[in-house]
Amino acid sequence: MSVLEHNLNAEADANSASDMIQYVTVVIGGQLFGLPISQVHDVFVPESVTRVPMSAPEVQGVLNLRGRIVTAINMRRRLHLPPLEDEQMMAVGIEYKQESYGLVIDTVGEVLTLTAASAETNPSNLDRRWAEISGGVHRLDGQLMVILDVDRLLGSLFTEPMAAA
Amino acid sequence: MDDLLREFITETNESLDVVDVELVKFEQEPNNATILDNIFRLVHTIKGTCGFLGLPRLEGIAHAAETLMGKFRDGAPVTQEAVSLILISIDQIKDILGELEAAEGEEPEGDDSELIGNLEEMSAKADVAMAGGGAEEAEAPQEEPEAAEAEAEEDDGQTLERPLRPGEVSLDELERAFQETEIEVEIADEAVAEVEEAAEEAEEPVSAPAAAKAEAKPEPKKAAAAKKAGGDGGEKKAAGGGVSNQSIRVAVDTLEHLMTMVSELVLTRNQLLEIVRRHEDSEFKVPLQRLSNVTAELQEGVMATRMQPIGNAWQKLPRIVRDLSQELEKPIDLEMIGADTELDRQVLEMIKDPLTHMVRNSADHGLERPEERRAAGKPEKGIITLAAYHEGGHIIIEVRDDGKGIDVEKVKAKVLERGLATEAEFEKMTDSQIHKFIFAAGFSTAAEVTSVSGRGVGMDVVRNNIELIGGTVDLRSTTGKGSSFIIKIPLTLAIVSTLIVEAGGDRFAIPQLSVVELVRVQKNSEHRIERIKDTPVLRLRNKLLPLVHLSQLLGIYEGEDADQAIDADNGFIVVMQVGSQTFGVVVDGVFHTEEIVVKPMSTMLRNLNMFSGNTILGDGSVIMIIDPNGIAGAMASHASSSVAESEEDEREDVQRKAMSGQDSISLLLFRAGAPEPKAVPLSLVTRLEEFEVSKIERSNGRDLVQYRGALMPLVYVNDGDCHKSEGTQPMLVFSDAGRSMGLVVDEIVDIVEDRMNIEVGSERPGVLGSAVVKDKATEIIDLGYYLPQAFEDWFMRKEMDIEALTKKVLFVDDSAFFRNMLTPVLKAAGYDVTTCTGPQQAFELLENGDKFHAVVSDIEMPEINGFEFCESLRRDPRFRNTPILALSSLVTPASIERGRQAGFDDYVAKFDRPGLIAALKDVFSNELGAAA
Repeated sequence: MSVLEHNLNAEADANSASDMIQYVTVVIGGQLFGLPISQVHDVFVPESVTRVPMSAPEVQGVLNLRGRIVTAINMRRRLHLPPLEDEQMMAVGIEYKQESYGLVIDTVGEVLTLTAASAETNPSNLDRRWAEISGGVHRLDGQLMVILDVDRLLGSLFTEPMAAA
Repeated sequence: MDDLLREFITETNESLDVVDVELVKFEQEPNNATILDNIFRLVHTIKGTCGFLGLPRLEGIAHAAETLMGKFRDGAPVTQEAVSLILISIDQIKDILGELEAAEGEEPEGDDSELIGNLEEMSAKADVAMAGGGAEEAEAPQEEPEAAEAEAEEDDGQTLERPLRPGEVSLDELERAFQETEIEVEIADEAVAEVEEAAEEAEEPVSAPAAAKAEAKPEPKKAAAAKKAGGDGGEKKAAGGGVSNQSIRVAVDTLEHLMTMVSELVLTRNQLLEIVRRHEDSEFKVPLQRLSNVTAELQEGVMATRMQPIGNAWQKLPRIVRDLSQELEKPIDLEMIGADTELDRQVLEMIKDPLTHMVRNSADHGLERPEERRAAGKPEKGIITLAAYHEGGHIIIEVRDDGKGIDVEKVKAKVLERGLATEAEFEKMTDSQIHKFIFAAGFSTAAEVTSVSGRGVGMDVVRNNIELIGGTVDLRSTTGKGSSFIIKIPLTLAIVSTLIVEAGGDRFAIPQLSVVELVRVQKNSEHRIERIKDTPVLRLRNKLLPLVHLSQLLGIYEGEDADQAIDADNGFIVVMQVGSQTFGVVVDGVFHTEEIVVKPMSTMLRNLNMFSGNTILGDGSVIMIIDPNGIAGAMASHASSSVAESEEDEREDVQRKAMSGQDSISLLLFRAGAPEPKAVPLSLVTRLEEFEVSKIERSNGRDLVQYRGALMPLVYVNDGDCHKSEGTQPMLVFSDAGRSMGLVVDEIVDIVEDRMNIEVGSERPGVLGSAVVKDKATEIIDLGYYLPQAFEDWFMRKEMDIEALTKKVLFVDDSAFFRNMLTPVLKAAGYDVTTCTGPQQAFELLENGDKFHAVVSDIEMPEINGFEFCESLRRDPRFRNTPILALSSLVTPASIERGRQAGFDDYVAKFDRPGLIAALKDVFSNELGAAA
């Protein structure tokens, strides 16, 4: 089902330097984001996603990824961006607390190796909804890369329904 | 922890469970040597292993218990006391084992000398009793001190490096015991034989020849018995050996893992089958069929390894019943039927506690005291029956007692006390419905709380636990005959048979367990969906079944009008039963049934109680599994919310009609203080209430009632009126922004739909005027007068603006009612209000040069509507900057947009009084800001 099944973990292990972090870059609504490579399990095309009624709006649904049930989270909805039209979305598979999640994004870019020190904190005027899930910003040539903090992203999804209940 | 130790703990726990059961049996049949042998052997093994592993405390107790049991074997009479003591010892061993396990193999500190002392004392007594019947009565008690002496003596001689542990025997004593054993047994036998002899030949004196005879007699008997025992033992051993060779202990984890793998295999097979189904004449067909069969067999096989007889869950019950029987002083017999019925290990674990609780309940509440039983003509001994059997993929477990049955009156009283239902509701209920209340939370009928049950956490927990595993519990009770609980649970939790349905374009799986039947509704078929008002129901075999569409329950219905979700002429109804609740879930399509492997949902989705899990279907897609309990809960709340919704709709309808003024509106007719009828628009009334007169309290010079946790002031239509002196007092409750006022009336007459044309105006405060309602002159009450009587600041809570006092507002509305209703509101807020009956009059006023700081206009007016009025005002440069507010019953995005185009500054709903004041304040402050 997946066209781009990389197991990126192997690469991560090979290049893990102490203060160098490797990021898988993804594009969501034109903005470049980076996910620490150690957290990315695979990249796949989300197909036949089953909707989950009554779930949080950013939960796109559940899908079968090689026999595992993956909860797909639509990052555009999470970031309050308009939905992507007429284009195939991609998804980044991650593991969080022994469960599989797929972050549905626009496109996957490349793997960048950056020093941890060059990351800057979130600008104070960053949209609150973005700041919630951003772990800092890297200045690249010609563009900025927002570090996607997976723990905060998924953590907030866990706690929100609890608070509502 | 040491593997060896772990193994020992598991094994010992198992053995102890068996000992428990056997001991209770033994108590009832003290002459059954096989049982005793069995117990003796088990305890002996435990003792031996403890010694081997270096667990002195356990060994001590086991040894002392064994000694006592040894005495039984030797023929000492079995007393209840003695059995209790052994049971206590077994419990102690269990406790120590538990701690041992928790402490990773460290035997806990503690002193068992008292228990051991008791056991030894009992052994001594047994000796006495044993000897008691025979000639050597005196000998046995003497033996004890002798032995002790001997022990003491020999202790001195022995070079022991440490003191003896409790229950431990010195080596010398052991040797002596070995030497004496032969003799002792003979003596005992002799004694028994002599007793028999004595009984048989009571007249004959116990003489030497007789003794000799006796001695000769038991010899062959004993030999035969020994032989027999030996033979039995041998056979048993052989059989036992065979079993142990054929069975191996497997860790549960291994089995669980195997089960998961098989589940995956089943899923993959389903997927393959689905693929082949799409390709006719595939060469894969035959091998796949074979694979399918093998998979099915493998699945069955693995399932079988997880299956355990339900008897395992019952093991502790005989002991519990025995203890209860003593504690409650009720003789109780526990009958167990179908103990070999097998079910999944996981399910077994889950029902253990509920079952125990139910048996306790039956013993405590179900069965009567012996004297009551005798009086009722029943045998003194109560019977609790446990029965288990299979029934179509489920297992049914019944806990039945032959007691007094459930006392409906008692239940009722309790339910009333707890406020779970009302007397009126009871009248409509059958006894069995009332019985079901015992499953309600915090319910217990036991008059007083006993240590056994009656803590009120019982049956609802039982029900919850059972429902947790997808089971149901039902209750049947006949007064005087007894009651029985019927538990229906699935054989396994891992694989669930489900019905795949479609609703709102998505597929869902409904567990078969809760599906009673499927009904196809078609235009001309016998089953039709009927509606009571807008509530769809199905007439099914003389019963009315409430219906709801699955897509509505799940909130995925995409149509315009939710009421139209159910197509009366076409559809499938899944009739579901959850607990005592039966209802129909309408779906768009029904596909097939499929055995699915439940996979837990991700944590993120676990808060959705509509689903119990998800799984991968044969075609590879993921499907959500409906949780019948969640659906049942939603069903109940859906019903009430739809009622609320329709009430809201009605209210809106009424309001809409009221606003258009000329249309008829609902009026509430009542009498108060005078015989002539009075009326108030129903839409303004929040509720009609009746209060007991005794509930009316007087405080600070006014009458009040406690209403919904707050004090509600009562207001009388005429000053000096007073409430009734007895019975109930009807009143109209008006609420706004969290405050309520009760308008005391004598009688509520009627609700009528009529035009409200106030034909004769009124000067009297509190009355808007008189109108003809139902062909009678009726006073229309001015609420604006009464509301401030309850709370003086009713209309003034929005902070008053001194500035506003100078503001002149023109209020245009064709409806007299609203002019009268809202003018006081505006005045109360500090505005100088001028009213007009329509745009024409307003134009005239404005043309005359009257200056207004703002205009508030109704939209729905005859001749010139509000939009046109506003547009024409805006065309005039004088009024280009005058704030104009629209006031309408119809507040939709479209109408607001239309209002904006027409030039309105704000758009307020007619009944939103605070909104109107806020909007006015807003436009004035904007104006000020603009000016500055």
